[in-house]
Amino acid sequence: MTNIPPETRTEDPMVSEEISRDVDSWWKIRLALTRRSFRDNWKIFRRNKIGVLGLVIIAFWGIMAVMPTIFFATGFWSPAVYDPVTGLELDPPTRTMTMVERITDPNTEIDQRAVLLDGRIPDTLRVGDTFELPLQPAPPDGRHWLGTDPLGRDILSQLMHGARASFFLGILAAVVTVVIATTIGSMAAYFGGIVDAALMRLADLLIMIPGVAILIVIGAVFTFQLWHLAVVIGILSGFGGTAIVLKSQALAVKVKPFIDAARVAGGSARHIIFYHLIPNVMPLSVLYMMFTVTAAIQSEAILSFLGILNTDTSWGLMMNLARTQGYLLQVADFWWLTIPPGLAVTVLSAAFFLVGRGMDEIVNPRLRRR
Amino acid sequence: MIRYVTRRLIQMVFLFLVFLTVTWFLLYILPGDSVALKYAGNPNIPPQAREVAMERLGLDKPVLIQFRDYMFNFFQGDLGVSFNQYPRPVVDIIAERLPRTLVLFLAALVTYYWAGFVAGKYLAWRRGNRGEMLITVSGVGLYSMFLPFFALMLIWLFSVQLGLLPLSKFLDPEQWRDAPFMANQVFMRLFWVTLAGGIAMFGASFFALRTRSRRLERGLKWGGFVLAAVWILFYWWGTESGQAMRVYAGDIGFHMILPVLTLTLIAFAGVMLLTRSSMLETLREDYILTARAKGLPEGMVRDRHAARTALLPVVTSLVLAVATVIDGGVITEAVFSWPGMGEILISSVLSEDIPVAVGAFSFIGIMALVGHFVVDVLYGLLDPRIRVTEHG
Repeated sequence: MTNIPPETRTEDPMVSEEISRDVDSWWKIRLALTRRSFRDNWKIFRRNKIGVLGLVIIAFWGIMAVMPTIFFATGFWSPAVYDPVTGLELDPPTRTMTMVERITDPNTEIDQRAVLLDGRIPDTLRVGDTFELPLQPAPPDGRHWLGTDPLGRDILSQLMHGARASFFLGILAAVVTVVIATTIGSMAAYFGGIVDAALMRLADLLIMIPGVAILIVIGAVFTFQLWHLAVVIGILSGFGGTAIVLKSQALAVKVKPFIDAARVAGGSARHIIFYHLIPNVMPLSVLYMMFTVTAAIQSEAILSFLGILNTDTSWGLMMNLARTQGYLLQVADFWWLTIPPGLAVTVLSAAFFLVGRGMDEIVNPRLRRR
Repeated sequence: MIRYVTRRLIQMVFLFLVFLTVTWFLLYILPGDSVALKYAGNPNIPPQAREVAMERLGLDKPVLIQFRDYMFNFFQGDLGVSFNQYPRPVVDIIAERLPRTLVLFLAALVTYYWAGFVAGKYLAWRRGNRGEMLITVSGVGLYSMFLPFFALMLIWLFSVQLGLLPLSKFLDPEQWRDAPFMANQVFMRLFWVTLAGGIAMFGASFFALRTRSRRLERGLKWGGFVLAAVWILFYWWGTESGQAMRVYAGDIGFHMILPVLTLTLIAFAGVMLLTRSSMLETLREDYILTARAKGLPEGMVRDRHAARTALLPVVTSLVLAVATVIDGGVITEAVFSWPGMGEILISSVLSEDIPVAVGAFSFIGIMALVGHFVVDVLYGLLDPRIRVTEHG
């Protein structure tokens, strides 16, 4: 085995002892081996600050995703106000204004300011009167730490629920991708011939099609729920690019002697694929899981930003609301409407990418520092 | 090589047929009545008129016949009629939109690839522990930046706060009010002139890699650059048609800065990181040590020995980059209201203008296929190891 660096090749005495104690139960051996490889890999991973940084960010958003449950359960947040979809701040901060002058549009003779403010200025006001105007995208204050959106909903609560949606989507998409891609890749590598050719041509086709464009088209046909999107992304990437990468890895595994040994021992194709090929391709597929999560989070945000996705809460939807309500370019005045969701998408997808790069060094030993 | 190219071409046509079939069925069949609803669901239209409309659009025929007709018409250059801009043929809309998208994509692709490769090369060469993490993190941050958000920040900074660049759209209507040209004529001219300049540059640097003397190489590289610049300047200032269009071309170019910058900055980091890691791997090879031991100048080892080999995986990634640029382009167009293919795709999909959606999507597919093909051929030219033999 050339791909184990010298410092990890030394037998861990504790593990050997563990193994020798219960030789009869194979799953204990498996467990011990898994534990050992996990520990070794963690050691390598920890040395790479980039991966750890990514992990810290993911942990942060993980906590953010759990927070609303705690807040609602403890009564710190009441659902009527803080629910991400139906919540409403009934008592928004107000701004006291003084009527200076009435502007009337000479063409239509409609009071312009009254139109702009939904007619909330009573007609009885005279110049010089003061009145209180409720602010609906309200800036951050003690009750709403990140302010409220134009519909009076709490931004922080939406951000937290958006994190939950992103995790759900990203992880589901990644799992679907990896299940499909490892199966497809191993099958293509093991059987070769026509199976390989057919599957790889399909992958070639999928790799070429611009993903967002096809998601837009599919989104037009079906009403997309979040999990539909996750499955579609998983299928597209599982049959596409990821399958190609995993197939080449599986090809490298396939020529190893232990596959021959398994075949000689009478292992069926299914047995060899599922018990010998796939476990050896797994590390690489976990790496690609991370990249799929990044892609999934981005696609979701873009689709809901464009208003194609049918979800309740997501970061893209928050930006979409800011866009449709016309606050998009007033970044300086209404920063809490655009910057938190935009940054959240960027940071979380970058974090998964960073973890992927950190794991790259484990999976791809040539990159390791010597 | 010729056999390889023909085989790839046949494959491309086949792939495109599959692609078009799937797209057509997806879009025409599944929404069921939405086509009819859009067109004839209006209660103000009497049933007879509705039937006439359905008949005229060919929607009363069986699905397979419709499909057959569509395919026949497609290859005769007839993609049907837009529902939203009624009597206007889809081909017309696409012909109007395609050059704008091509110019935008090409400018972005060339800029970011070149910038990313050069930056990655130097980063790998000056590999130090300090700043390395910073570069990777900021690179990844840029790479996974949420595109609409990033575009928004750029628009806000450059257009709203500083007032330097236009907000959106691709030209300034006031300036074009009595322009003697169609915008697309200018676009096509812009496209060809820039392409010619780009080819001159690319050709010069390609030959530069083939030369033995370092001085000649440098001369060729800069020569190509200067040649391209002189050609562009000469065209817009020297020739008569160029002079007439200069102002308008300048206006389009001015509107293009921000979208291209957005696309470039986002995609550039990916190329940079890839070049860096590929270069780092190359630098470990024995022949680099040999080159150094021979006492070759650093620049030569970097550019001729390391960077040339490191270029290969980067070119492979161009295959994926074609799709990425198209994706990014679709979003960029939507954010900047750049009236290109991506924008028409989104707006037609959202308003269920099915013929336009199928047309736009199939042309996006064609762009991806052609891009893929060009990259494959380019790869064969660059890497002697995979040069295709006659019996391959």
